[in-house]
Amino acid sequence: MRKIRERYRYSVILLRELVRTDFKLRYQDSILGYIWSLLRPLLLFLILYVVFTKLLKVGNAVPHYPVYLLLGIVLWNYFTEVTGGGVGAIVGRGDLLRKINFPRYTVILSGSMSALINLFLNFIIIAVFMIVGHVGVTIRALWLIPLIVELFFVSIALSFFLSTLYVRFRDLSYVWEVLLQLGFYATPIFYPLSRLPHKYAVLAILNPLAQIIQDARYVLVTRRTQTIGQLYHSGYVWLVPIGITLILTVLSMLYFKKRSRNFAEEI
Amino acid sequence: MDNNLAVKVTNVGKVFKLPHERANTLKGTFTSMLKMRKGPVEIQHALSDINLEIKKGEFFGIVGRNGSGKSTLLKIIAGIYQPTTGQVQINGKLMPFIELGVGFNGELTGRENIYLNGAMTGFSRAEINSMYKDIVSFAELEKFMDQKLKNYSSGMQVRLAFSLAIRAKAEILLIDEVLAVGDADFQKKCFRYFKNLKKEKKTVIFVSHDMNAIQEYCDRAMLIEGSRPVITGAAYDVSMAYTRMFIEQNQGKESKGDVYNRKKRWGDWRVKYTSVSINCTKLTDKETFFILETLALASDYINNECVFGFKIRNEKDEAIMGTNTKLKNHSFSKFTKGQKIELVWQVPNILNTGLYYIDLAIQNESYEDVYDWWEEAVQFSVEKREQNPYLIFPQYKLTVQHVSQPKK
Repeated sequence: MRKIRERYRYSVILLRELVRTDFKLRYQDSILGYIWSLLRPLLLFLILYVVFTKLLKVGNAVPHYPVYLLLGIVLWNYFTEVTGGGVGAIVGRGDLLRKINFPRYTVILSGSMSALINLFLNFIIIAVFMIVGHVGVTIRALWLIPLIVELFFVSIALSFFLSTLYVRFRDLSYVWEVLLQLGFYATPIFYPLSRLPHKYAVLAILNPLAQIIQDARYVLVTRRTQTIGQLYHSGYVWLVPIGITLILTVLSMLYFKKRSRNFAEEI
Repeated sequence: MDNNLAVKVTNVGKVFKLPHERANTLKGTFTSMLKMRKGPVEIQHALSDINLEIKKGEFFGIVGRNGSGKSTLLKIIAGIYQPTTGQVQINGKLMPFIELGVGFNGELTGRENIYLNGAMTGFSRAEINSMYKDIVSFAELEKFMDQKLKNYSSGMQVRLAFSLAIRAKAEILLIDEVLAVGDADFQKKCFRYFKNLKKEKKTVIFVSHDMNAIQEYCDRAMLIEGSRPVITGAAYDVSMAYTRMFIEQNQGKESKGDVYNRKKRWGDWRVKYTSVSINCTKLTDKETFFILETLALASDYINNECVFGFKIRNEKDEAIMGTNTKLKNHSFSKFTKGQKIELVWQVPNILNTGLYYIDLAIQNESYEDVYDWWEEAVQFSVEKREQNPYLIFPQYKLTVQHVSQPKK
């Protein structure tokens, strides 16, 4: 028992310091520094907003479209930050892994933690948008917490999986980049799900990311958001994306744990 | 596991599989999958049949040549590598790192690196805070803590790393070749630290090429050669076995040696050595030995005086002793062409066990012109019967002159 606590203590200390280092290094030597992590989603928001309200008029039918859009971008952004950073996380720390025996998962967890802090800061901006846009908040907003937990797990699960696979297959970083690009269009981020033909919509919503984003919009922005339950006329269907997340998490962690013993010699 | 043991290594072996053309891209994997073959894999036995029992409080050395598997063994004990066969049992808190300055990041300041490296060794921020001043002052870097580490000199980095390393709270320490990185001052600090470790009865596993350090600090040691243990035993015996291994191999090589090797011999040859020898190439406890030199004048340009000298170096390239004819007040200025001179140096055998080289030189009186400069002209070994960890080992004589009885 004492040993378990010791081990746990070490991971926590290490994790805290890795997150701190990550933050310091990320925006070091850039003039705006940390503001960039807020500015980036905002700029993407601005582009998409102009394109889809002024040029393509996709978003005009959606109430509170700016908040609706920004929320989608911020959640998606978290996912890309965790998984995109996760791919190279183990290989990037190769030097360290070869010299010191420490719990390998802290590397992945620290990347995920940094992104989580970013996510919270981005929510401050969403809050500002909501106040400006007169979006009312109800008690249903608390549903955001389990949704973010789900997002956390689906992102870190993929991160564990990708980082392990990347040790052996270095093409993966490019493949994942393309897949993320594909995911951006396959997930209802800038368009409302209702714009998709029904037969595609029922498929698209099974993706945990799509389910999370739609649910988050439903509880925070507007009830005129199609959730997975509405599409299938059943509450049980939520078990599909949640099940995907759970299975992905368990499998990827097992895979990571099994392979991580050999990281030091394979990198 | 016996409770007196700190580390127990049982039948540990490590095999690295090195594919000749490793498929680390998808394309490579697909093509090799399509061809239904795995490609040639080279099996490299990095370690075999390692058995070790290290007692608590023991200072244990691991010696061997580069590539013999020492560091692999250390990494397996640290848990960085997994053994292919056998197992490692650890009893006590093991320091998880094996090199200095693990986790150092050049983009961070010295201060930030202290916290990061501290976390790697298991110190919380609060714990580092309480010893921060000591760390900095021991490293003598008070003025540099807010500078980025990449702007530090390598010496400064080593000092900082060492200052952190010695604070690690562990019962078992793994130390890999720390002596190789620093200057003399740093080595002194290292040795003081080792003495402390011994005093505190810490268990230390120490990898080094420095046989003097092995003899002086280690209780026991193991020699690894070609991934296998050769001998495990008292530190002195093991270090002797290591030295002997080197002597045997180098003497084998020497027979083919070419005398006029360009790198090792140069000069304008106005006067040159025609032969040089030593009366015994395997010295034991003999009190003196002789170096015989034959010289010949090759041309008649010589007007000035000539100085003939020699120097004896050890394996680590440290000059141990040497002298020349000028220092001995012998002058050689009258030469005729074709004349030969024979010199015999009688040298006291104060050398300790090891392999030695004799360098020879002929220069003018002011040492400006080099007529003949001949490095490693002769090689010889010394093996003293008694053991002694120091650089030189003259014959000591001890006489007990008077023993007084306590007054009643």
